[in-house]
Amino acid sequence: MSGPSTYVPQTGFTRWLDARLPIVRLAHDSFVAYPTPRNLNYWYTFGAILSMMLVVQIITGVVLAMHYVASTGVHTGGYSSIAFASVQRIDRDVPYGWLIQNIHSVGASMFFIAVYVHMFRGLYYGSYKAPREVLWILGCLIYLLMVATAFLGYTLPWGQMSFWGATVITNLLGAVPVVGESIKNWLMGGFSIDNPTLNRFFSLHYLLPFVIAGVTVLHVWALHVTGQNNPAGVPVKSAEDTVPFTPYATMKDAFAVVLFMLMFAAFVFFLPDALGHTDNYIPANPLVTPAHIVPEWYLLPFYAILRAIDFNVGPIDSKLGGVILMFAAIAVLFVLPWLDTSSVRSMRYRPIARICFVIFVVVSIALGWAGAQNPSLVLNPVEYRADLNWAQGGALRVAEVQVSDPGQMDAAIEASTKELTDAGASYTYVARESGTRATVSGLVGGEMQTQTVSAHSTDELEEAVATAKQGVGAPIVEVARHTPFEFTVTRLAQLLTAYYFAFFLIILPLLGLRETPGRVPDTIAKAVLSRQPKTAGAEA
Amino acid sequence: MDIQETRVAEATAGAHGAPEQDEGKSRRDFIFVATGAVAAVGAAMTVWPFIDQMNPAADTKALSTTEVDLSALQEGQQIVVTWQGKPVFVRRRTPSEIAAAQRDDFAQLKDPETDMARLVQANGEAGKPETLILQAACTHLGCIPTFAEGAYGGWLCACHGSQYDTSGRIRRGPAPKNLLIAPYVYLTDTSIRIG
Repeated sequence: MSGPSTYVPQTGFTRWLDARLPIVRLAHDSFVAYPTPRNLNYWYTFGAILSMMLVVQIITGVVLAMHYVASTGVHTGGYSSIAFASVQRIDRDVPYGWLIQNIHSVGASMFFIAVYVHMFRGLYYGSYKAPREVLWILGCLIYLLMVATAFLGYTLPWGQMSFWGATVITNLLGAVPVVGESIKNWLMGGFSIDNPTLNRFFSLHYLLPFVIAGVTVLHVWALHVTGQNNPAGVPVKSAEDTVPFTPYATMKDAFAVVLFMLMFAAFVFFLPDALGHTDNYIPANPLVTPAHIVPEWYLLPFYAILRAIDFNVGPIDSKLGGVILMFAAIAVLFVLPWLDTSSVRSMRYRPIARICFVIFVVVSIALGWAGAQNPSLVLNPVEYRADLNWAQGGALRVAEVQVSDPGQMDAAIEASTKELTDAGASYTYVARESGTRATVSGLVGGEMQTQTVSAHSTDELEEAVATAKQGVGAPIVEVARHTPFEFTVTRLAQLLTAYYFAFFLIILPLLGLRETPGRVPDTIAKAVLSRQPKTAGAEA
Repeated sequence: MDIQETRVAEATAGAHGAPEQDEGKSRRDFIFVATGAVAAVGAAMTVWPFIDQMNPAADTKALSTTEVDLSALQEGQQIVVTWQGKPVFVRRRTPSEIAAAQRDDFAQLKDPETDMARLVQANGEAGKPETLILQAACTHLGCIPTFAEGAYGGWLCACHGSQYDTSGRIRRGPAPKNLLIAPYVYLTDTSIRIG
């Protein structure tokens, strides 16, 4: 794509250097003369924004590491750890520490906003398709490393959310059969999240950004080999279809970076905690769990997928099933180039895929919402009902059941019940006191009565039942509770998860074979800008 | 013959006849295999310390038992002690809690276990029904449940809504297993060792 180098050293020094280490030539060919498609829109500036964010996070991170102390201290009654205190010291005492700490913590969120836009853009314009598969996979790898780095970094302030987030996530590994517990202890360096865990998390949190930087170099290399995709998805035909990276792309990227920085600054200066959790301002306490544990916003969709599995599938229990599906949600991105069978790159010309894509974006956001909610929250209006059955009049007969072996209990109760029924009891009731003792009551004669109570929540229903029972005053009241259909957040998350996977595993593979693409205008399909396409192509 | 001469000899042999060339080749093969074998074993032996260093250290393992004095524990009272850095509930149950736990021994249970079986000490001897020693981590994702909440008179985990009865058995919610019993033995009538 880049073609032969057009760099001509101008001074004696650069000529001397170029013969020994052509680094200026590399920079010139990659970031000055490098041809970019003319029709790139602003969605294509997020690569530059992400590069900027990586630099921001590394610089602020290195500075923070000069003041941060990764130690839980000794637990003596209270739980005010050294790590928590050192972050507070950075915020309060270190000159401009408040600014640098805010940039770093808000920066993590900004980094993820940019990466999600970047990924959705790649998905929409088909940037993962041949010949850019390796470019896409390297991008997925960077995203995975970002998730790991963000998780590790979030534990460092050692607040309640840090501690319990780390506990919940490391417990996920415990779901792995046989070796899960050993892997968990190996990762934590102990039997619970403690000082060894904090130390290694800090070490790895410092390491991974540099790994990300390394993979980013490969990502950019792969991009410069295949050339950029563009909104039309049609490969550039001639030199006239492109413009040099500098000044065109550099200026456009710089403008977008500045706009992004304005939003970033607004959060840093005015809303530094808006994207975090107040619970993380409580020092970590291994003995008290916060009422509602949630990860940072950018991991919520995956958390919703994790919790969506509340049923066992064969030998896979619900916990392991959730873990597998959560990792599969990221793994599926890696094989996307081979799942999408369509030969049309851009969804501009794929009318049905375009609709499915929009639904996919909405589903992803809805998964994020579901991940933040209480999973048992009921979303549909429901009425809970219970029927109270009791007897009016008649005589009550009570039989005590006592056995020595708990195994004989059921048979004894059955015999006793039968005895009462034979004696003319129209209704019997069993109250088990322990594994070996029970009371069987039977009603002889009398008339059965029924009353129905209803309420809008289970707690209200229990109250209403208790009140109704007192009102009845009969010795035996049987309560039959009806379970209405409850559309909980978990059910919603299950539907959304199903679409998430269906989009990659069913819609994209099948749609590519069936869909009739929209017509690409001649102005795009043909190299109309070039008067002599062949000659121009040869020159480029 | 020094190295220089060997090379000359090999080069000459290679130029003139096949047998000598094969001899030189098999010597290189031997060096290749020998170096490869030593490198593979060496790499494996070097990697292991770097993996194993992440396992619990000796001082962490040394904290693996905790002794608890039960003499001050009143009926209906629960204390939280730490064992291996994790919280453990030591609960002196009331007669009604014990009765409720035994009554449900044969109820519909997700992880069936009788109350008696849950009280057995680590050495296999029977425990005392009034003292229940539970690992406090919810078997779902490790949150700490609170007592006297939920429909079964036992513990409720607020994270994802798992409900346990007065024996610590899972009755409702996403947790797959009963609250784990911490391995314990009675040292005297009023003291136990956990771990």
